[in-house]
Amino acid sequence: MLLELDPDQEVLREATARYLTDRVPTEKIRRLRNDVSGFEADYWRAGAELGWTSLLVAEEHGGGSISGAGLVDLTVAAHEFGLRAAPGPLVPTNVVAAALSAVGGAAHEAVLAGLLEGTAIASWGYAEPAPNDRLGTVELTCRVEGDEIVLDGVKRPVESAGVAQFLLVTGRGEAGLTQVLVPTDTPGVTVEPLRTVDLTRRFSSVRFDGARVPASALVGELGGAAEQVERQLQLALVILSAESVGAMQAAFDMTVQWAFERYSFGRPLASYQELKHRFADMKSWLEAAHAISDTAASAVGAESPDAPELVSAAKAFIGEYGVELLQDCVQIHGGIGVTFEHDLHLFLRRVVLDRALYGTPAEHRQRIAGVVEHLKERA
Amino acid sequence: MSTGDIEDVETFRQRARAWIRGNLAPLPAGSGIGVMRAGESDEAELAAVARQREIQRMFYDAGFAGIAFPREYGGQGLTADHQKAFSEEISGYEYPADIQAPTFSPCAAVLLDFGTEEQKRQHIPAILKGEELWMQFLSEPSAGSDVAAALTSAVRDGDDWILNGSKIWTTGAWWSDWGLVLARTNWDVPKHRGLTVFILPIHQPGIEVNRIEMLNGNKEFCQEYLTDVRVPDTDRIGEVDDGWTVGTRWMFHERMLHNSPLVTIPADGARGTIRATHLVEIARDAGRLEDPLARDLIGEGRMLDLVTHALQGRLSRGLRSGRMPDQSAAIGRLFTGVTAARTTTLSFNLAGGASAAWTDDDGATAECGNDFLLRQVSCIGGGTTEMARNVVSERVLGMPREPAKDRGIAFRDVPRGASNRG
Ligand SMILES: Cc1cc2nc3c(=O)[nH]c(=O)nc-3n(C[C@H](O)[C@H](O)[C@H](O)COP(=O)(O)OP(=O)(O)OC[C@H]3O[C@@H](n4cnc5c(N)ncnc54)[C@H](O)[C@@H]3O)c2cc1C
Repeated sequence: MLLELDPDQEVLREATARYLTDRVPTEKIRRLRNDVSGFEADYWRAGAELGWTSLLVAEEHGGGSISGAGLVDLTVAAHEFGLRAAPGPLVPTNVVAAALSAVGGAAHEAVLAGLLEGTAIASWGYAEPAPNDRLGTVELTCRVEGDEIVLDGVKRPVESAGVAQFLLVTGRGEAGLTQVLVPTDTPGVTVEPLRTVDLTRRFSSVRFDGARVPASALVGELGGAAEQVERQLQLALVILSAESVGAMQAAFDMTVQWAFERYSFGRPLASYQELKHRFADMKSWLEAAHAISDTAASAVGAESPDAPELVSAAKAFIGEYGVELLQDCVQIHGGIGVTFEHDLHLFLRRVVLDRALYGTPAEHRQRIAGVVEHLKERA
Repeated sequence: MSTGDIEDVETFRQRARAWIRGNLAPLPAGSGIGVMRAGESDEAELAAVARQREIQRMFYDAGFAGIAFPREYGGQGLTADHQKAFSEEISGYEYPADIQAPTFSPCAAVLLDFGTEEQKRQHIPAILKGEELWMQFLSEPSAGSDVAAALTSAVRDGDDWILNGSKIWTTGAWWSDWGLVLARTNWDVPKHRGLTVFILPIHQPGIEVNRIEMLNGNKEFCQEYLTDVRVPDTDRIGEVDDGWTVGTRWMFHERMLHNSPLVTIPADGARGTIRATHLVEIARDAGRLEDPLARDLIGEGRMLDLVTHALQGRLSRGLRSGRMPDQSAAIGRLFTGVTAARTTTLSFNLAGGASAAWTDDDGATAECGNDFLLRQVSCIGGGTTEMARNVVSERVLGMPREPAKDRGIAFRDVPRGASNRG
């Protein structure tokens, strides 16, 4: 998280922190494991009032940033989500809201208003199932028939699709990549729940069998969505990274405290050099994760030329070192670390799931290689 | 602080850019790459150092030397942001790599912190003009990590001190001018309380500089033997027996080198590193640029570069604003050490068979095997990563200190080495 928040960001942070502590303490998160949606509708609505869904939306559409850098503001809230392993479709709703605000036009104003109020949920269909599940692969087809668009294919995993009223779907057509906003009750759309490692986030596989939407469902230009999808990916990665760093911070703090409290052979764990050195490594990864996450957020927010590699560096680094840090925390906890009773796993789940979403570390390293190869030309 | 009376960073940057392009030669591709690679010959190394002094003098004459040093000592009195802009602009052009570290930081930084007015007026302008290159006489053959266990002794003799002992692992001492020396002035108190810091000209009777060959043929490393070297008390830095106060600041400046507002280090990396852009060259010259496994390694290298850079930025902001304790500099030291070692491994892996045997015509893959042999220097030089881990766990996280057998007893009585334990 940012080392210094401006006073308004601090208000958002503080309000989010207080609200989450109150509404979703860890016992509550455990109980949500059997809940269909993983969060309660009124929880999300009140959160939206705190600003959780409006920071990436332009003022003329009813949104607005706090500091002038809406994405950075959003990472302040996302970090609090990570610190508390809090539920709620923070990533997909914000990504869709940002897209509708940027390129949705008048056709989607009502949906956008619902997202801002927290009364509607929208999800973002990005990934596709194996064998096409490489980052950015789009096999779902999107065919124009008269004044309708016909979709065929599968998106998975799609977060919160089971409770979402709308899905932002990317398809491939003759003209190129195209995005449409599809109501989930459209005939031909089937949503099947998937199992997942997380306790609060829910994922589905969404199948489109000749599902038809009117041309007005278009988000952006027909065939012109490549850049906007890239933008959405970057936003998603920034929010996810900030959340993961929050979870790393929570696990690390908890484990440091444990190391002071737990004694073996008459002295605290924190007095053993072998463990101290591992804590030092973890501390260096943690600070590095904060640093790259914040750096990526401001670059993506400002749409600077180095945003693509910075955001992939954040995802690759946090994905790799985040799970190592969490597993080390488990190790240092010993047996208690692998129990359901202990809170540690809430954060482990968070970081593990985040690592696997929207491109693995290896996929992002390859994206970076593509950028670095052309670096000399850019300079 | 008023900023109205100094040049704004953008104007400064434009001026620096124009001057750099008009006066300095662009570096050939791949120069300065690799882990402490051996120079062609002593003559070539001396010529390179002479050129660096010349460049430093050009900086001085053009108003670019000591950008964030105070004006009264010949600096420009500008800010860390100006220095950063200069470092960015000089990327890809020749620059005085060997005289920035350690002459500017930690040595000149220590002088600014603790030197007398007279010392600063004598040395800082000379340093900024490239006339004085300084080295750290810190490590000793008996122990490097345990810095405060220095055995080199300084005994008072009227207005002078007489130094005896040996310092080791001094990079570049054979072509440098001054040494910053940590010496023992009191054997009857616990080790941290009996140290004093001095400065001395390296090339003088009583100092023998021996060069040590590194495993790849590099001969920058030196050992110095000091025999009855006379140092005037006016060349003492800080108080008598209070050398540890100076020493901790000294090591702080060393750890913060890559973030120091006093130092010019091009934005694309320090000397003797393997940059991610270079990994692309290695992969290309190894014919593996299209191999997804190779691209994974390149991506990892660049990721580590970007993360290191971001971490350095966070640490320097945190340290400057006081949100992080000074000891947090060790987080950066630890991370950069481990990361540089990893990057060296990446280049070794990318070079493939050329890591085992190569010719000079193999382009960027040549020497990657030798670099790998020296991989650990990034985790040893400048204090080991283990020592950094001790600092992070004990001073940043507040964990219990390692038991020490030398606490609270006169240094004279401290066990030193299995051989003297009897
Ligand atoms: C490239 C390079 C440049 C250098 N340049 C200079 C220079 O210009 N001037 C100068 O004065 N010195 C210089 N040094 C020396 C450097 O500072 C020392 O090598 C370093 O501090 C380690 O000391 P040592 O070599 O005596 O190892 P030792 O202190 O003997 O340590 C041996 C091993 O034991 C570990 N160890 C020691 N104590 C502990 C502990 N308490 N807990 C855990 N592990 C421990 C160390 O980490 C190391 O792995 C340079 C070294 C290198 C490699």
